[in-house]
Amino acid sequence: MTVALTEYDRSLLAGDKGPAARMAMSILTRMADVGDARHLMDITAAHIDSALYMGEATLAFAERLAGMGGKVVVPATLNVSGLDEHGWRDWPVPPDYAAKAHRQMVAYQTLGCVPMWTCAPYQTKQRPVFGQQIAWGESNAICFANSVIGARTERYPDLLDICAAIAGRVPAAGLHLDKNRGGQDLIRLSGIPTSLMAEDGFYPVLGHLVGKFAQERIPVIEGLEGTPTEDQLKALCAATACSGAVALVHIVGVTPEAPTLGAAFRGKVPERTLTVTFDDLRAARRELTTVTDASLDMVVLGSPHFSVAEFRALAPLLAGRQRNPKVEFLVTTSRFMAALAKADGLLAPLEAFGGRVSVDACILTMPMLSPTTRTLMTNSAKYAYYSPGLLGTGVAFGSTADCVESAVRGVVVRDESSWNG
Amino acid sequence: MERVILGRMVVAGTASGQLLFADQPLSFWGGYDQKTGEVIDRRHSLSGAIAAGRILAVPASRGSSTTSAVLLEAALAGTAPAAIVTAGPDRFLALASIVAEEMFGKPVPMVSLSADEFASLRGATQVAVLPDGVIRISA
Repeated sequence: MTVALTEYDRSLLAGDKGPAARMAMSILTRMADVGDARHLMDITAAHIDSALYMGEATLAFAERLAGMGGKVVVPATLNVSGLDEHGWRDWPVPPDYAAKAHRQMVAYQTLGCVPMWTCAPYQTKQRPVFGQQIAWGESNAICFANSVIGARTERYPDLLDICAAIAGRVPAAGLHLDKNRGGQDLIRLSGIPTSLMAEDGFYPVLGHLVGKFAQERIPVIEGLEGTPTEDQLKALCAATACSGAVALVHIVGVTPEAPTLGAAFRGKVPERTLTVTFDDLRAARRELTTVTDASLDMVVLGSPHFSVAEFRALAPLLAGRQRNPKVEFLVTTSRFMAALAKADGLLAPLEAFGGRVSVDACILTMPMLSPTTRTLMTNSAKYAYYSPGLLGTGVAFGSTADCVESAVRGVVVRDESSWNG
Repeated sequence: MERVILGRMVVAGTASGQLLFADQPLSFWGGYDQKTGEVIDRRHSLSGAIAAGRILAVPASRGSSTTSAVLLEAALAGTAPAAIVTAGPDRFLALASIVAEEMFGKPVPMVSLSADEFASLRGATQVAVLPDGVIRISA
């Protein structure tokens, strides 16, 4: 073992704080070796993706830690679960699956985690602050926390996030360290209409393209005009973390560590440069759609979980309209956002439209779709990216307005006007 | 044409078998069926291949935090690759293997190579992962 341990670290490893802390520290120190970290460091918050039930192994891990009396030592929020805890019976979720997924949810609450059940924890009161050292799981949340907020987290996989929260320690490596946060790849936008950059649909497409190019590197986007909203940046971050493993993206003039191009690169020169044209963006947009025929079974919005601002933007698109009876219309969000949206009167138009809301989970984490659901439409690059593999469905990607229009007509329709020219 | 590459043993163990090589990273969540060991990322060059019991060479995992959970499930279910070779140590895959060892005594041996050594595996079909990170290519 090459990692230098403190007295506290060694006491955990010796079992002084119980067997759960011993196992957590054992895994952390082995991971420190894998990542060539020289020592561990403190974190002050965590976001835990591990509560998502994936099968017997993840459940056994959770119940082992909880059964050994493990407790988190920093505030630790919970990511999406495998179950809409109170609403799963509205969907064709197998009861034996639900029972196990729920046991896993209970185990993480026994460990002392906060049951937020959302993949957008940065839009809750648990939002971290600039410079805060945190251990976050959930790829989109990691990218948002690092990029948009300027908090500091490595990419924490399932199983390790909870170890970090139990120990309050992480390997001092990667994006926790200032020296590793400078940009590596320059992404230069060229000839993209400014009007397109104001549209929600631009951001997941750009994110998909940037992630595919950057993979696990740190991209710096130059040439973005205007001021993207948080939800637009959320969509961009989520997409970069699907087609790539981007954990930090700097946007010059937008994100906090990139007031200038030089600041984003920490004074170094870009290792690689990609010029992105309008044609490149159109090609990236096409990649997010896998279906060629127009039939449609379901529209799904909300990956990452829908915010109140997104509910507010959706409501007028739905007003006075009805979905086609053969097209399911679903918004996935957190119970907190659903409650806020309801209080603001934003769920009534959705219900009148024939749409539904699910909370805690999403279509990728809870087996909730009927087997007859073959084609999805979404405004989310994350849903578009993962649905074909995880759910075996075809997918069409479009703007929120396209999704609503398609749900009404019962076939995939898209307004191409912003993407022509 | 037998030859040997010396890599870095990330998680100890030995294995031998057919090599599945790709130069694209693979997210196990959404990309690997833990019930069958099939690569199910339909945008990936190994889409449709069964990696269970074979030596999987991918440069890295990608994207989802849930990749580690999927590999852990596969390790317990017996549908994991017999060993995994990456270009540089992959923390997400290593974690799954370490937890599989700590929880179930079923680590997935894992070796990290330099980018050039990794690329040199292209075209090989039969490999063995030996102690101390030695990879023997037999065909």
